Amino acid sequence: MHTNESTTSLHGVMAEFDSAQEIVDAARQTMAQGFTKVEAYSPVPIEELNDIIHKTRTILPKLVLTGGITGMASGFALQFWASTMAYPMNIGGRPQASWLTFIIPSYELTILFAALTAVVGMIVLSGLPQPYHPVFNVDRFSMASSDKFFLVVESADPKFDQQATTEFLRSTGAKGVYDVDE
Amino acid sequence: MSSVTSETFKAGDTPLPGLKQFGLIAAALGVVLTGAGFMMAGEQGAERFFQAYLVAYTFWTGVALGCLALLMVQHLTGGAWGIVLRRPFEAAVRTIPFMAVLFLPIALGMHHLYEWTHDSALTDPVLMQKAAYLNTPFFLVRQVIYFAIWSALGYLLTSWSAEHDRTGDPKLVDKMASLSGAGLVLYFLTITFAMVDWTMSVNPHWFSTIWGMLYIGGQGLSAFAFGIMVLVMLSQTAPLNKVLSTHHFHDLGKFLFAFLMLWAYLSFSQLLIIWAANLPEEIPHYIVRWETSWRYLSAFIIIGHFIVPYALLLSRDLKKNAGKLKVIAIWIIFARIADYYWHVAPEFHKEGLSLSLLDVALPLALGGIFISLFVSQLAGRSLLPVNDAGLEKALTHHVH
Repeated sequence: MHTNESTTSLHGVMAEFDSAQEIVDAARQTMAQGFTKVEAYSPVPIEELNDIIHKTRTILPKLVLTGGITGMASGFALQFWASTMAYPMNIGGRPQASWLTFIIPSYELTILFAALTAVVGMIVLSGLPQPYHPVFNVDRFSMASSDKFFLVVESADPKFDQQATTEFLRSTGAKGVYDVDE
Repeated sequence: MSSVTSETFKAGDTPLPGLKQFGLIAAALGVVLTGAGFMMAGEQGAERFFQAYLVAYTFWTGVALGCLALLMVQHLTGGAWGIVLRRPFEAAVRTIPFMAVLFLPIALGMHHLYEWTHDSALTDPVLMQKAAYLNTPFFLVRQVIYFAIWSALGYLLTSWSAEHDRTGDPKLVDKMASLSGAGLVLYFLTITFAMVDWTMSVNPHWFSTIWGMLYIGGQGLSAFAFGIMVLVMLSQTAPLNKVLSTHHFHDLGKFLFAFLMLWAYLSFSQLLIIWAANLPEEIPHYIVRWETSWRYLSAFIIIGHFIVPYALLLSRDLKKNAGKLKVIAIWIIFARIADYYWHVAPEFHKEGLSLSLLDVALPLALGGIFISLFVSQLAGRSLLPVNDAGLEKALTHHVH
């Protein structure tokens, strides 16, 4: 293992694991140590892992709800405006503000706005698109898309100490621990 | 999980003692109140009894039938949600033959409930056209056919499932799936006809082609609400407290949410089509329910049966919280009864809102009877289908 802090700064320390259960256990221990800037990389989705390392909730659900309500309000307003002000027509003697008939398009716009907010919000909040990420500087990391599991403690973490963190990750049963250059 | 046997998840002789006690007390109290309500209603006693009985019966039998449908859906689709609910569903399905016996009061009270049994129907030009279907002998024959089909489906599915617990024979799984495919088709047909018979024909001049679907979606919602209530209660004691987790309740909460929307979608479809067409043979259904004091109940259904539970079930935290989910499920059960009352009662009291003690007493009495029967049927068998290929995954499905 090389340490040349003088030339390149460090993104963090990466630990490699062989199984989902191992990385879940290691993540638990890591969080118990009080680390906060922790990220995990896995070839398969591990719902539990996300709950362990991401303590703070994303604001995405609230954005989606806001998007949905906006869609509903604007869909309803559009129809109300069109049928009572812009182009009022007598259709079978029904009231011009026939709100019952407005419900379906309003509902569709609720779903449309909510879905678009979810997709765009997910991309933006994830920081995508991201053409460069330091974890790819570690050669072993290519295995993250086949059968290895990686846990990274980032140097931005207030508890981060290159030596101590490396030793700690070894103690969690990591198959290898690597420095991640920035 | 390889050492799982039927003993591991044995319900014991008295599962859910609290619920059983509640059922017996509710049944007794309901019967007493029914007597009191009958006295108080005076001359109208018999009429009001049968009207309230029809609402209560349609709802509680509907829970059992909804469980039958979801059981068959689950045999066809698999999935962790259904494996943990299978035994509660099966117990509910085994109450169907008992519920068939409880149909007798409706058969005896047909004259009070159905205008088409009156002599005046013989000269009514509309009812004369419908007489080939709406006549007493054919009505009774149809009821026998419905209950024969439902009971047979329930009997075969639950006894094969019990046999599968003992033998683990994979052929039984195929048999249950095959029967469920045909059974679901039969379920859709029989419910459509049965609900036209039971509740739509209380006003034989009126019709809605979505009526059957409305009840099918409604029964699914009732069955999920009931199933969630029972499963939360089961999750508090051994043996299921070790295996049921927030993940199971999250899934079931999503289903409850989906069926709530399905119910709202179907109810709204009927309203929109009839309102937009505004035809004299269809629109009276809504005029009675909106232009009189029935509108308060209508508004309650919109808010209490849809808007409030919908808004609450949007929350992921709530769906993962078994205790809160149980409260919502019980609330939905009450709202479902109000919905069926709203279907039936305005047809008999077109002048406006008219509640009698019987309208509360009979849902309580029949609910108590249904719940007691249900808990008895739950006893003795394993609470999980121990030989099901998906069981291990169902119990650990949060670890991928």
